[in-house]
Amino acid sequence: MLADSDRVFRNLNGADDWRLKGARDRGTWINTAELVKDGREAILERVKASELRGRGGAGFPTGLKWSFMPKEVGDRPHYLVVNADESEPGSCKDREILRNDPHMLLEGSLVAARAMGVARAYIYIRGEYWEPLERLDAAISEARDAGLLGDDAPGGAFDVEVTRGAGAYICGEETAMLESLEGKKGLPRLKPPFPAGVGLWGCPTTVNNVETLAVVPTILRRGVEWWRGLGLPKNTGTKIYSLSGSVERPCNVEEELGVPLRDLLEKYAGGVCGGWENLQAIVPGGSSMPMLPKSVCDDLTMDFDTLASHRSGLGTGGVIVMDNSVDVIEAVRRFSHFYMHESCGQCTPCREGCGWIYRVLSRLAAGEGEGDEVDLLWTITKQIEGHTICAFGEAAAWPVQGLLRHFRGEVESRVKEVTDVKEVA
Amino acid sequence: MTTTVKLTVNGGEVEVPQGSTVLQACEAAGVEIPRFCYHERLSIAGLCRMCLVEMERAPKPIASCAMPAGDGMVIRTDTAAVKAAREGVMEIQLINHPLDCPICDQGGECDLQDQSLGYGRGYSRFTDEKRAVAEQYMGPLIQTFMNRCIHCTRCVRFAAEIAGVEDLGVIGRGENARITTLGRPLDSELSGCLVDVCPVGALTSAPYSFAARPWELSHTESIDVTDGVASNIRIDSRAREVLRVLPRVHEDINEEWIHDKARHSIDGLRLQRLDRPYLRGANGRLEEVSWNDALRTLAEKLTAAAPSRVGAIAGDLADCESLYALRALLRGRGVTNLDCRQEGGARLPLVAQVFNAGIAGIEDADAVLLVGTNPRDEGALVNARLRKRFLRGDFRIASLGAEADLTYAVEHLGDSPQTLESLADGSHSFAEVLRGAERAMVMVGASVLARTDGAALMHLLCRLCETTGVAGKGQDWNGFCVLQKSASRVGGLMLDFLPGDGGMNSVEMLAASERGEMDLIWLLGADEIPMEKLGETFVVYQGHHGEAGAARADLVLPSAAWPEKDGIYVNTEGRVQLARRAIFPPGEAREDWKIARALSDKTGETLPFNSLRELRARMFADVPALSELDSPLREKWRPFGEAGTAGDLPLGHSVSDFYRTDVISRLSRTMRECSEARRRARAGVETATEAAAA
Repeated sequence: MLADSDRVFRNLNGADDWRLKGARDRGTWINTAELVKDGREAILERVKASELRGRGGAGFPTGLKWSFMPKEVGDRPHYLVVNADESEPGSCKDREILRNDPHMLLEGSLVAARAMGVARAYIYIRGEYWEPLERLDAAISEARDAGLLGDDAPGGAFDVEVTRGAGAYICGEETAMLESLEGKKGLPRLKPPFPAGVGLWGCPTTVNNVETLAVVPTILRRGVEWWRGLGLPKNTGTKIYSLSGSVERPCNVEEELGVPLRDLLEKYAGGVCGGWENLQAIVPGGSSMPMLPKSVCDDLTMDFDTLASHRSGLGTGGVIVMDNSVDVIEAVRRFSHFYMHESCGQCTPCREGCGWIYRVLSRLAAGEGEGDEVDLLWTITKQIEGHTICAFGEAAAWPVQGLLRHFRGEVESRVKEVTDVKEVA
Repeated sequence: MTTTVKLTVNGGEVEVPQGSTVLQACEAAGVEIPRFCYHERLSIAGLCRMCLVEMERAPKPIASCAMPAGDGMVIRTDTAAVKAAREGVMEIQLINHPLDCPICDQGGECDLQDQSLGYGRGYSRFTDEKRAVAEQYMGPLIQTFMNRCIHCTRCVRFAAEIAGVEDLGVIGRGENARITTLGRPLDSELSGCLVDVCPVGALTSAPYSFAARPWELSHTESIDVTDGVASNIRIDSRAREVLRVLPRVHEDINEEWIHDKARHSIDGLRLQRLDRPYLRGANGRLEEVSWNDALRTLAEKLTAAAPSRVGAIAGDLADCESLYALRALLRGRGVTNLDCRQEGGARLPLVAQVFNAGIAGIEDADAVLLVGTNPRDEGALVNARLRKRFLRGDFRIASLGAEADLTYAVEHLGDSPQTLESLADGSHSFAEVLRGAERAMVMVGASVLARTDGAALMHLLCRLCETTGVAGKGQDWNGFCVLQKSASRVGGLMLDFLPGDGGMNSVEMLAASERGEMDLIWLLGADEIPMEKLGETFVVYQGHHGEAGAARADLVLPSAAWPEKDGIYVNTEGRVQLARRAIFPPGEAREDWKIARALSDKTGETLPFNSLRELRARMFADVPALSELDSPLREKWRPFGEAGTAGDLPLGHSVSDFYRTDVISRLSRTMRECSEARRRARAGVETATEAAAA
């Protein structure tokens, strides 16, 4: 279990002052100039050495991502885009950072900017996050007044600009976010070229998640070795988990990577409703990650590689718990509705396929499905997965695949039951 | 630096230019890649996902249309995984696509139909209700069936990129995404091309709706004569009717686009046709006569009249053979009053009247000055080329003349002819731009040549070119370009269908006519002259449509319209091209050269050719340049124009209504609808702007 002294987010629950003074008391902004004084390469090396992986869902090594930016700033400026468009169902960690410790994000952005030759960052915040936006704006003003942002920022001129999203989940996809920032419709771009080469307004750009950036200053401040001492090899450090669903006390909590799921739920969330034995399944990392049944959960640890080995993923760390009272088919049906509604409509498999999945699943959930539709459902997900411009195709396909992988019997029995009833009638 | 990359496609090595895509590399290797959204001339969207291929070391199949080909790539297109991926995409593509091929105009030439043959299942596993989508109004030329739309966005990209109008877009998300114009017709001369780029039957040609199946049609490769650009077209006909016109690729002229007038003025071919000769009788009305009587009457009039009191004016649709035959007949009688320019104008060398740099040359230019022209109306494909060059950047465009929206940014220099003087003497700032450019262009509209002060303006333009390096003696680049608006013009100039020694031009002939000094005027398809000036003169109208010319004529000789005869046309570049016969002329109408030939028998000076072949042999001997097909003229630079004063009349342009410029398009109902729609739409915009301002 993570010791309080090792916590990076010390005001995650908002009990303390979120403003600059409170942030400074917790260590943010106290020696930023020192953190960045060794220059670009030094910061980059330390972040690489920390083995920090992106907290936005994919778990890509942050240092490596930063190193894709051109070594020198040429005639095109470099940009950092902060992905605060947290929209994944089951995930609400960035919201807590934004409203309870916004200065951590600002400092993290500044440090990241120094590692990539960036003088301007854009924070793309989910439109529905009103209170977080107000606090972020206030924090930016405070930071500017205190000379932490602006022309006299530690290490040279740096400033941030906030843009609000307008409610589209797809704008959380990094290239759709760039399109949206440019004032266009949020449609994911083709890759290559990747944003580090051709990003915002055609300039080298890196897009990072809020949590990823917010932990960087602490890593530098307390040292890479301290960070690597937490978590597991290749899955270093701490992570904010959003625990929701069939738990006694839903919450956001910071824990080490590799923490056993059962400990996480029982220590922080008051346990599964009705006790551990009443657990049916979990969705480990936001709605797009395939669900895992209790048999896997019993000794599951929460880290990128373990979950990947179970053909799921840590995603954003948004754990959705389902006890035995939950209709898992209905739950996944609801996810599928979300993906149907949020598909940008650009590429064929996702635009048309998400609706197809939803309709078939709706029938199956209502007990109106026919036997071969279970197989059909599986093949539709396979026809979408991997065939789209962005990862949304996977996000739409995986929850259904998770359902069919672990609860196929449940799905089939419902088909059968109704067929039987029909025959009787 | 390497200019090519080598990659392996299905085990075979292929070398392609750097910057190619994997799809292009596969094609170079002879491997066909299915696609819907990809179009060579549009930006890459990469969203139909039909072109998926396997790339070594890539975890997922890649969209070959969007992936740059790289050295050492290993591509496979023949694996089970690729096939499965494409079949998967195809099935999903079809779930919401109505399978109404039997009643779809695209049937038989539909990309989706063709590809579903290769990748489709044969049956659908989709049992839910298909999506229903409301139709869109895209103007009079496009009939939408939006249920069939597969969201490839080719139309949106075409409109935004090639046509330069932002009237089309996608609204909504996911399966609710819709292509929409928001109710406004597309304000573009190229809107018909949307039907060509649409890979399915979502956008179909409204005038051609349910008219034919593609396999019923005869195809004739021809050229468009509705402007001076002469786009390459294919005429699709059935029996005696031209049913549609499609573009043919010609990289140097129209690439693969044509404008709406070329495509859709064909319904005018069926209306108000002159199908037999008419002679004005004693009661003042035109009465049917036989060819024999018509020609005998004409021969009598012609032999009775003094050659100096006879004249001929050729219209905008005349082919070279007609002009040659009529000129031979009349010059043989000593007639020197000939003009192929209905609006008259000064005598100028050919170099001063053609598009010297070539239409494709626009892409090499780095600055252009438009003088008295609206290329959008006068040569829509030239305008498309200007826009294409503009989109590449570093291209200064200025316009001297009436202001117009040309679909790209133009510096407007006013419309005063006097500005030409300051440009010519180098004091104008844009003269500096032209001087500084490596390959500058001056594009002059036909309206300038027709002005009474045309010779003076041309002199100024000549000086401007020479002082700024746009053109000049001993220079490789000749950036002086005249955008002729009529198909017959350059051919007529090359054939010297112009006033001979002491001869009158059109304007002078009409003036003489008005004074009663002419005995006979022969109008070869000339409908755009002020008929009231013809006075009491005996007027012969040789043409195919009953409009202004025929209404005034004393003798009407019915002839074949352009799709009804083989003919040579020379476009504004001086490029010689063949138009071919697709259908036969109606009734007793005859090919024009035959009329002159038949008349020559009656007058006793038989013309020395009995077939088109013999006529052409003589014509080529007289004007060898006409025998060189498809090569633009490369005239030597020589000074032109006459020093004089520029008048006060503002510089305008020569086309007031793009859709209605010649007798066929004026009679076309489709063109009238287009013209109305544009007028309404543009008026609507103005009203809205006014409302906003108020």
